[in-house]
Amino acid sequence: MQKLLLLGDEAIAQGAIDAGISGIYAYPGTPSTEITEYVHASKEAKQKGIVASWTANEKTSAEAALGMSYAGKRAMVCMKHVGLNVAADPFINSSVTGANGGLIFVVADDPSMHSSQNEQDSRFFGKFAMIPILEPSNQQEAYDMVHYGFDLSEKFKIPVMLRITTRLAHSRSGVVRKPSREQNQNKLPENLRQFVLLPAIARKQYKDLLNNQPAFEKDSHNSGYNKYIDGKDKSMGIIACGLAYNYLMENYPDRVVPYPVLKLSQYPTPTELIRKIYNECDKILVLEDGYPIVEELLKGALSLGKEIKGRLDGSVPRDGELNPTIVAKALGMKVPDVKPIPELVAGRPPSLCKGCPHIDSFVALNEALEKWAKGRVFSDIGCYTLSALPPYESINTCVDMGASITMAKGAADAGMFPAVAVIGDSTFTHSGITGLLDAVNDKSNITVIILDNATTGMTGGQPSAALDKIEAICKGVGVEEDHIRVLKPLKKHHEENLAIMKEELEYNGVSVIIPRRECIQTLNKRMREKFKEKAKN
Amino acid sequence: MKKDIILAGVGGQGILSIAAIIGYAALEDGLHLKQAEVHGMSQRGGDVQSHLRISDKEIASDLIAYSSADMIISVEPMESLRYLPFLKHDGWIITNTKPFINIVNYPDEAKVLAEIKKQPHNVAIDAETIASDLGSAKAANMVILGAASPYLDIDFEKLKNAIKAIFGKKGQDVVDLNINALESGRKFAQQSKQ
Repeated sequence: MQKLLLLGDEAIAQGAIDAGISGIYAYPGTPSTEITEYVHASKEAKQKGIVASWTANEKTSAEAALGMSYAGKRAMVCMKHVGLNVAADPFINSSVTGANGGLIFVVADDPSMHSSQNEQDSRFFGKFAMIPILEPSNQQEAYDMVHYGFDLSEKFKIPVMLRITTRLAHSRSGVVRKPSREQNQNKLPENLRQFVLLPAIARKQYKDLLNNQPAFEKDSHNSGYNKYIDGKDKSMGIIACGLAYNYLMENYPDRVVPYPVLKLSQYPTPTELIRKIYNECDKILVLEDGYPIVEELLKGALSLGKEIKGRLDGSVPRDGELNPTIVAKALGMKVPDVKPIPELVAGRPPSLCKGCPHIDSFVALNEALEKWAKGRVFSDIGCYTLSALPPYESINTCVDMGASITMAKGAADAGMFPAVAVIGDSTFTHSGITGLLDAVNDKSNITVIILDNATTGMTGGQPSAALDKIEAICKGVGVEEDHIRVLKPLKKHHEENLAIMKEELEYNGVSVIIPRRECIQTLNKRMREKFKEKAKN
Repeated sequence: MKKDIILAGVGGQGILSIAAIIGYAALEDGLHLKQAEVHGMSQRGGDVQSHLRISDKEIASDLIAYSSADMIISVEPMESLRYLPFLKHDGWIITNTKPFINIVNYPDEAKVLAEIKKQPHNVAIDAETIASDLGSAKAANMVILGAASPYLDIDFEKLKNAIKAIFGKKGQDVVDLNINALESGRKFAQQSKQ
């Protein structure tokens, strides 16, 4: 079969196309974005009529995918780890409804927080929902596991989680394709009450989920993704989860590990395999990217058994992603001295692009707020979060999608004045609208600045669900028309923009300011394409 | 054959175009490849790096271990120094000398260059000027790749073929410019070796 050079994300996307999905739903979020982008750009997916949709947020994504599963077809929903917090409600409940057509939740964790506000481990969520979790160790496995995951999902009528981390998502390698299979036909659930979670029905469905646990575990034992590889030296056994397996093998150039190894890539954890390595070895080293989940499981609250090494006893750092050097140290290998980074090397944090419209907005906002003490600006998740850094230092919070408006409301309720919220257009439709409604209903004294750059910028310029709708939404939610002010963030309009900001800051009630200018990145991209088109003609 | 390469630069400088050419040539050679990239927040003018691994045997880790990279190829001088912990003690550092200054505390350029020259194996090349003389500063990355080419263990013709394949869509002029840039970089590195 054809061999392709693919990012882990792209391998999952190609796997989904080949495994016969009918739809993929997502809100962009690093490191998961490229999965849906790939399907979006795929001619093959278009020919097959696969729906590839950027939705308003992860919750709407998950529900649409669940609806497609209800209708009997295979669906995939993709998100970053914190996106699963937003989609937690449909995620957890879908384990009780179960699936009809195959359903996979792809969740991309970001240990070391390369582009995130925390490093939560989605395997906890998978365990919470009590569904099977697949954790590929490389791009080929990521591809293969999509096929397998849909089989598993349809066999047990259960959603399956595919958990990856940044390093696999954004690393490229050769992937061999499988023959592609047909999409499912529409087919309603056999039991038309399967998806009705009224207590009486939910209780029964939940029992089914509980009763299925041994079968899920049996599958973990038999699928071949969890492998026991024997070794001569029983002084230690190693459990390597997902990508950690590669870091382990990297330290043995001939790929022969002297210790017994359990390669773990499917959950629930296979008890028999774990018992075997535990019984045969004097101590166990657990290598896992993310939280010490398997390690805690083995250790137990009282650590009464054999020695368990990992993140909890300091053999591996407690936080951050793994790498071959960290694993070498955990194995007790001698690590060569490194060349130091010369002292003169300065940090180079990301920054707003030259020509970015947000720059003009923050320059004006800083000036408008000059007469008050600092610390009154609640912000959100997006490129504009970079305004926390010098030279702007404009914002004081960044917590979760949509929290700017609601936190400003709470602070205003506490008597803080002025209370300003700064949120992007795409973040506003993701999770800002309901908060704005709360503020309107309570007549909270807040000023909401919706930075409208007509795209989802930070993740590379995906379409914004808010496009051309912001004023109508604000009006619809009940913001007074006189206090919805649109301005163009450009240097030449600075005085005018400053005056509008000052006016609305003083207004006692909810006001919305919409600085509107296209993202400089998407604008440049559009111009380049236009230029190319012209050159062709 | 095994080469572990750190590609370094600033978000937006296009280090991935270098990776794409090497990757294409490596696959033509039937080699295995893994390439870890940086997407997301850092792409907005922050420091970015890519771990590119090529081998005739299957590759395990997506990341290169400390003190084991054969070379650092950097399109920005200060960025070439940031990844020294990854470099083998006898590894090569091949870097552009033109700084990209988007921070207020960028160090003294002469001192940066002196640090680079302290490395036992280094090629420091003014790729922008060479590329501009050839017709466009945009080809600077191919000048740097050319300067790295004597140490890559990949047939030079295969690198040229990769440029033809990848830039082909953009027309013969672009292909010629980039091949000239590649050759100029290679010549510079070979001369500075003597």
